[in-house]
Amino acid sequence: MKHWKSLLAATCMAALMAGSAMAEGSVVIGSTGVPRHFNGAIQSGIFTFMPSSNIYASPLRYSKSWEPEPYVATSWETSEDGLTVTLHLRDDVKFHDGEPLTSADVKFSIETIKANHPFKTMLAPVESVDTPDDVTVVIHLAHPHPALLLAMSPVLMPILPEHVYGPEAGDIQQNPANLAPIGAGPFKMAEYKQGEYYKMVKNEDFFIEGKPILDEVYVQIFPDTNSLMLALERGDLDMVPFVSSPRDLKRLSGNADLVVDSDLGQAIGPINWLAYNTKKPPLDDVRVRKAINYAIDRDFMLKVLLQGQAPVAPGPIVPGSPLANPDVENYDLDLEKAAALLDEAGLKPGADGMRFTITADASAADEEMGRNLLEYMKSQLRKVGIGVELRLAPDFPTWAKRISSYDFDVTIDKVFNWGDPVIGVNRTYLTSNIRPGVIWSNTQQYSNPKVDELLEAAALETDPEERKALYDEFQKIVVDDTPIYFLNVIPYATVYKTGLAGVPDGIWGGVSPMDDLHWEK
Amino acid sequence: MQTWHKMTPTLMRLLEAFGLVMAVVILNFLLIQMAPGDPVEVIVGEMGGASEELIAQLRAQYGLDQPVLHQLGIYLGKVLTGDLGYSYYFNTPVMELLLQRVPATVLLCLSALFVSVLVGTFAGAFSARKPDGAGSHIVTVISLIGYSAPVFWIGMMLLILFASVWPIFPVSGMQSLRKPSGIAYYLDILHHLVLPTVTLAMIYIAYYSRLARTSMIEVLGQDYIRTARAKGLPENKVMWKHALRNGLIPIVTMVGLQFGQLFAGAVLVETVFNWPGLGRLAYESILRRDYPTLLGILLFSAVLVMIANVLTDIAYRRIDPRMRKART
Repeated sequence: MKHWKSLLAATCMAALMAGSAMAEGSVVIGSTGVPRHFNGAIQSGIFTFMPSSNIYASPLRYSKSWEPEPYVATSWETSEDGLTVTLHLRDDVKFHDGEPLTSADVKFSIETIKANHPFKTMLAPVESVDTPDDVTVVIHLAHPHPALLLAMSPVLMPILPEHVYGPEAGDIQQNPANLAPIGAGPFKMAEYKQGEYYKMVKNEDFFIEGKPILDEVYVQIFPDTNSLMLALERGDLDMVPFVSSPRDLKRLSGNADLVVDSDLGQAIGPINWLAYNTKKPPLDDVRVRKAINYAIDRDFMLKVLLQGQAPVAPGPIVPGSPLANPDVENYDLDLEKAAALLDEAGLKPGADGMRFTITADASAADEEMGRNLLEYMKSQLRKVGIGVELRLAPDFPTWAKRISSYDFDVTIDKVFNWGDPVIGVNRTYLTSNIRPGVIWSNTQQYSNPKVDELLEAAALETDPEERKALYDEFQKIVVDDTPIYFLNVIPYATVYKTGLAGVPDGIWGGVSPMDDLHWEK
Repeated sequence: MQTWHKMTPTLMRLLEAFGLVMAVVILNFLLIQMAPGDPVEVIVGEMGGASEELIAQLRAQYGLDQPVLHQLGIYLGKVLTGDLGYSYYFNTPVMELLLQRVPATVLLCLSALFVSVLVGTFAGAFSARKPDGAGSHIVTVISLIGYSAPVFWIGMMLLILFASVWPIFPVSGMQSLRKPSGIAYYLDILHHLVLPTVTLAMIYIAYYSRLARTSMIEVLGQDYIRTARAKGLPENKVMWKHALRNGLIPIVTMVGLQFGQLFAGAVLVETVFNWPGLGRLAYESILRRDYPTLLGILLFSAVLVMIANVLTDIAYRRIDPRMRKART
C-alpha cells in the first residue's frame, strides 16, 4: 500500500508507452454513421462502403483515373457486340478464413448483388454468368452495358465467399456474417462494438505483396458532428473522411496539423440541388421555374454562403466526371428577365406586389447547404414578387415521406451520381421511374420523351465518343427544362493529420481500400 | 387467511405496476406510429436510394404493411412472452442491444445520483448553518445557474472548456479505443465518466442543495435540536448526527420521484458526450423510426422507474421510523 503511488505511475507510463508503440501501425478514423451491417453486396451507403471496400476485394479498382485497374481480375475483355464480358482472375487470392477465391465466388457475388442490391440498374442487364474454370468468369448481357466496369469497383462489387453467404446459410439478409464479415480484402474485421466503433486488422495473407501497411484501423463512431470535429482538432482522430460543412472546412484549412484534401471522390458525384414539383402549378410552367433560377444568384451562394468551399454543379452530372458537359445554361442573376418571364406566364403581381407563394422544404439538420440557402432565396424571390415559406422537417424520414409523396413545391435535395450515370443519374429523369413512395426516384415527376430516349440509348452505347455526345445533349436539355436547379457539388473532403500518407484520394475517395495508408517517418 | 390479507396489498401494487407498464407500451406504440415516415424510409435514406421492389419487400418483412392495431396486437403478444423483437435497423434482437447498453447508462445515472445527493446535501446543510452568510449566498447563486441552464448547454460548455481549451478530459465515449488493462482500465472509464456525470448531476445538485438548505433550516429550528445543544453536544454532532437524518427525508422523496427525469437527462448527456448508453440509443431510434428498439427501451425504463419507486419507499421507511408504523 505504501508503494501505490509508484505503482500508479508505472501503470500510467506503461499505458502511455504501449499507446505510442501502437501508434506507428494504427490509424483512428472518425465517422458519423452507424453501418447497419458490413455486407456491401446487399446494402449501399457511405457508412457501409468504407468497411466493405476494405474487408472485401472486387474484380477491379480505380485510383485517380476513371480507367479501371486490375485487382482480383488481372485482365478483362469485352466482346465486339458488347454482350459478353470476360474476367481473368488471379489464382492466389484467399479469403480471410483461408479458403481460396474462385470464379464460383465471383459468379455467386454477381448474382447476389443483382438480386439484393438497392441500385437495381447496376447489374440489371446481366443475364447469366459462366465459370469455365476456376480463374475465368464470363458475363452474358442482354444488351451492351458500358457501366459494368465501374460497377466492379470495390464499393459496388464486393466478392463474397459462397461457402459463407451462400443459400445453405439461409437468407442472406439475416446472415450473421453480415456483422462478422469474411472477405478477401486488405483488412479483416476484428471487433465491432455496436454503435461505438469497429476495428479492422491487417490481412497477413493479402494477395498484394507488402500491403496493407497498417496493422490496425479503428473507425470510431460519433453521432454528433460537433464532437467529431472537436476530437479531430484535439488530435484524438487521425483521419475523418466526408467532411462537407463549408464552415468546418474553412476552419480546418487553417490548422497546420491537418491536411484538407478536397480533390477526390468524383465518382461518388454528390450534388446539392433545388428540386421543383413539376406537376404542381404554377411550377408546372417551365417559364416560372426559369424565372426562379434567374432570380437567384448562384454565384453569391457559392462564394459567400458556402464560403467558396463548394464547386458549382452546372448540371445533372458532376463536373469531375468525364461525361460532364460544361456547356449548359448558366442562369446568371437577371431579375428583369425573371420578372418578364413571370409576366409572360400570366402571373401578374397583386396589390401587395406578390404574384404567388410557394413552400420550400429542407431538413432541419441541414443548415449550411439547406436552410441557409433557402433563407437567402426567400429574400431574393421577394424581389420578383414570389413569396417563400420555409418548411423544415425535424428529421430525415419526415422529409423523405413528404417528397416521395409529392407533398412539396420546391425542396433542397442531395442526390449522388454513383459513378456511371446508369447507376445514379437515370433514376432522377426517366419517366418510367416516377414511383410514388420511393425517395430519390423521379420525385419531380419530370417527363420528357426525348430525355428518356437519350438515356436509354446512352446506357447501351459502347462507343465512348457517341456515348459522350448522347449525355451532352441530355445534360443540355435537362438544364434547359429545369425540373431541378443544380446548385453545388457537396465538397466531401478527407481531413487527416500531417504525417499520414497513402490516403485514398482517387475517384472513389474515402471509400476506397486503404491498403496503401501509412505513417510517414 | 392472515397471510392472504398481508399479501393482497402487495399483489394489488404489482398488478397496478404491471397495468401501468402495459399502458406505457401501448401509448408509446401508437404515438410513434403517428410520426411521419417509417424505418424503411430511414434505411433507404442511408443506402442512397432503393428500388420500389426492395422497399415493398422491406415493409412486408417488418410487417409495416399491416394495420396499426394488428401490429400492436402482435407486439404485445411477443412482449408478454419476453420477446422484445428485432431491431429494424440493426437486425439484432432488441434484448441484446439493451443489455449491451444498460451498464453504461446505469453507471452514469448512479454516479450522477450519488454525486448530486452527496454534494447537494452537504452544500445545503453547510449553507443552512449560517443562512445569511457569504457561503450560503454563493451556494444559492450556483444553484440558480445549475437549475436554469439546460442540460445539453452545460454539457457543451464543459466539453469546450475541458476538452478543447484545457484538454484534460476525453471528448467522447466511455473508454479509450486502445484499451488499457488492469487498474488502468477502470481509471480510463472513470476519466471518461467525470464530465458526463458532472453535467447530469448539475441540475440535481442545484435542486437538492436548495431543498437541503430549506429542510435543514427548519430542522435546526426544532426543539430537540435546542435540547441537544443545551445538553452540551458539540455542534458537529448536532448537525451531522441529529439534524441531517431528519433533513434527509425530503431529499429521499425527491430522489425517488426524479429517477425518471434522471433517465431523460441521460438521453441528452449521452448524446452530447457520445456515451454508449440506452439514452443515446433511444434518441437515435426515434430518428431511425426503429420502433422495436425504442419500445424496448421505454418498456425497460418504465420497469426501472417502478423499481426505483419501490426502493424509495423502502428507504423511506428505514430512515423515518414514523413511517414504519403506518401501513399503506
